Amino acid sequence: MASVPDITRAHEEVAAWHPGQIWNPPSAAQKWTDRVFRRLCVVFAASVIVLIAILVLEIGVQAIPAFREYGVGFLYRATWDPNKANYGILPEIWGTLYTSLLALFVGTLFGVAAAIFLSEGYLGEAVFRLLKVCHLDFHPIWGKLPSRIETILKTLIELLAAVPSVVYGLWGLFVVIPLIRPVCNWLHSQFGWFPLFSTDLSGPGILPAVLVLSIMILPTITAISRDALVSVPPKLRMAAYGLGATRWETILGVLLPTASRGIFGGIVLAFGRALGETMALAMLVGNANRLTVSLFSPANTLAALLANSFPEAGAKEIPVLMYAALVLLAITLIVNLFGALVLERASAKTR
Amino acid sequence: MTDAKDKAAKHSEDKETLLMRVEQEAVQNPFEGVDFSELELSLYRPRTLFSIILSYVVAAMTLFALIPLFAVLGMLLWRGGKVLSPTLFTNLPPAPLEQGGGFGNAIIGTLIMVGIATLITVPLGVLTGVYLAQAPSESKLASAVRLCSKVLTGFPSILAGVFAYGAIVLITGGYSAIAGGIALSILMLPTIILTAESAISMVPAKMKEASIGMGATGAQTVWMVLLPTAMPGILTGIMLAVARAAGETAPLLFTALFSNYWLASHGRLNLMQPTASLAVLIYNFAGMPFKNQVELAWAAALVLVTLVLILNLIGRSFSRQQIE
Repeated sequence: MASVPDITRAHEEVAAWHPGQIWNPPSAAQKWTDRVFRRLCVVFAASVIVLIAILVLEIGVQAIPAFREYGVGFLYRATWDPNKANYGILPEIWGTLYTSLLALFVGTLFGVAAAIFLSEGYLGEAVFRLLKVCHLDFHPIWGKLPSRIETILKTLIELLAAVPSVVYGLWGLFVVIPLIRPVCNWLHSQFGWFPLFSTDLSGPGILPAVLVLSIMILPTITAISRDALVSVPPKLRMAAYGLGATRWETILGVLLPTASRGIFGGIVLAFGRALGETMALAMLVGNANRLTVSLFSPANTLAALLANSFPEAGAKEIPVLMYAALVLLAITLIVNLFGALVLERASAKTR
Repeated sequence: MTDAKDKAAKHSEDKETLLMRVEQEAVQNPFEGVDFSELELSLYRPRTLFSIILSYVVAAMTLFALIPLFAVLGMLLWRGGKVLSPTLFTNLPPAPLEQGGGFGNAIIGTLIMVGIATLITVPLGVLTGVYLAQAPSESKLASAVRLCSKVLTGFPSILAGVFAYGAIVLITGGYSAIAGGIALSILMLPTIILTAESAISMVPAKMKEASIGMGATGAQTVWMVLLPTAMPGILTGIMLAVARAAGETAPLLFTALFSNYWLASHGRLNLMQPTASLAVLIYNFAGMPFKNQVELAWAAALVLVTLVLILNLIGRSFSRQQIE
């Protein structure tokens, strides 16, 4: 009977520690704090929506004078001449989409490959085989390496997403451009008739910008795709193996289609990031108001235009730049909204 | 139904007939009609060959993708490490053609602006996270806020700068650390909200119910139970957001601008003047034709990346403690 606690004793003891605190109903002050706190939470949450509304309104209102003056033609004129007050952003829109799509293509190719590599446990297998050769496969410390090394690699790739874009820009400027310039100029001299190679690379240009941009979005694609692949129920994989499918028949026929929504959402988010990416492009794309498909020609993007022109803009140029900012805002908002909705659907489906 | 009948029939058979049936079935070849060579794991079979080749292709592509990523870090250590010295942290940026110099004011400027942004976003973001985690799932406000913060995560950083320029620089009449901090806070907010929400909603429901059952008010439950329990996750989110803000350049370009001097006027800290930051220093100096400035840019990049990666690792270590 000793195990049954003496409830009255316990109550008395607790009352001795916290005199008058346990059984009192909340005081008026506590109730008031509670109410204020709840309201505060709601107000703060609502302020996030208000913030987005203010963001859009602020940029929109500032752009009104330019919209009145240049109208929709602003979107498809190709000149940018502050002296004659003649503005159009077609080359910038084209440059933004062209560099982002090219970077997305390269980034997706390598990013999804890396995600498959990481989710299939190839690295762990390889390390395990290596350990087996050295007879260390069940060693208390080394034996844990195969399972650890994949998390380490995954963390490393995620850390690389945190490297600031200005650093990638610096690297592109002093490492990538000198490295690829001989190859590009050789391609131009041999295949100059081909539209993609129709100019030579004299410095900053589309190709170095695309390469650096694809390196920057790769960690995003890899991380989201890997999560999507890992969350495919293992029974699907087992069933495919059980039916005699090889590893790659399983990957291509079962895993990728099942994870496709998650991967697609990741790609759309990466696309949004590429569209809005500023610094690396401002440093690498060359800031030339040129409408071109040549990979080696300098060009410009909306974000880079803003970064380069805003600091020196006069009072007349500011509304024009605000108009350009509004266009960029519209493009990225649509892409991001789409990506967020796709990812939400994907996670709802796997649940 | 047929299953049950079968079972009953089997039970009714006596042992001998059962044994005979087992023998008969064992004699029949269960794998009749199966082509075993189809199942062989051999390099001569196109199916397995395809699988193995693709495995190597993927491994090669991953390796190829990792090379530039690590080349960035290697190059930083090499070119930045060459010029790194203690005087860099105390000196002011050099004028063109001047030798030496450093970026002490840029480090302080970055810290101050990130600090301002943190002061704004942490209360706002964490309380919004509390609201989102507590809101009933059918709440329309909550899902709208959630969608807004997800959209904000992909918000182009340059537009945060454009907004702060229009809303603060034009109104206060000058570039300032405050404007830079506010621009950064727009980029930090979504990370903090979303991580705080997921951390708080991962607190076991029984803890919250126990607290309410003991008679605690909603605010007491949040302050004394939910927030302390979810603290590691919230701290992770804050650190990741701080790390991101520290490396942002675009929002500072025309809100805080740059400055070659300390953030002070008449010997006092003054937040309403153009402010230097590491990221903008890298951008400005990388485009200069002077060797000294370019070398300083590499050194500043090394310092900035080290700062960002350390903040990231600290943030991650918080959430790892929680899991273990």
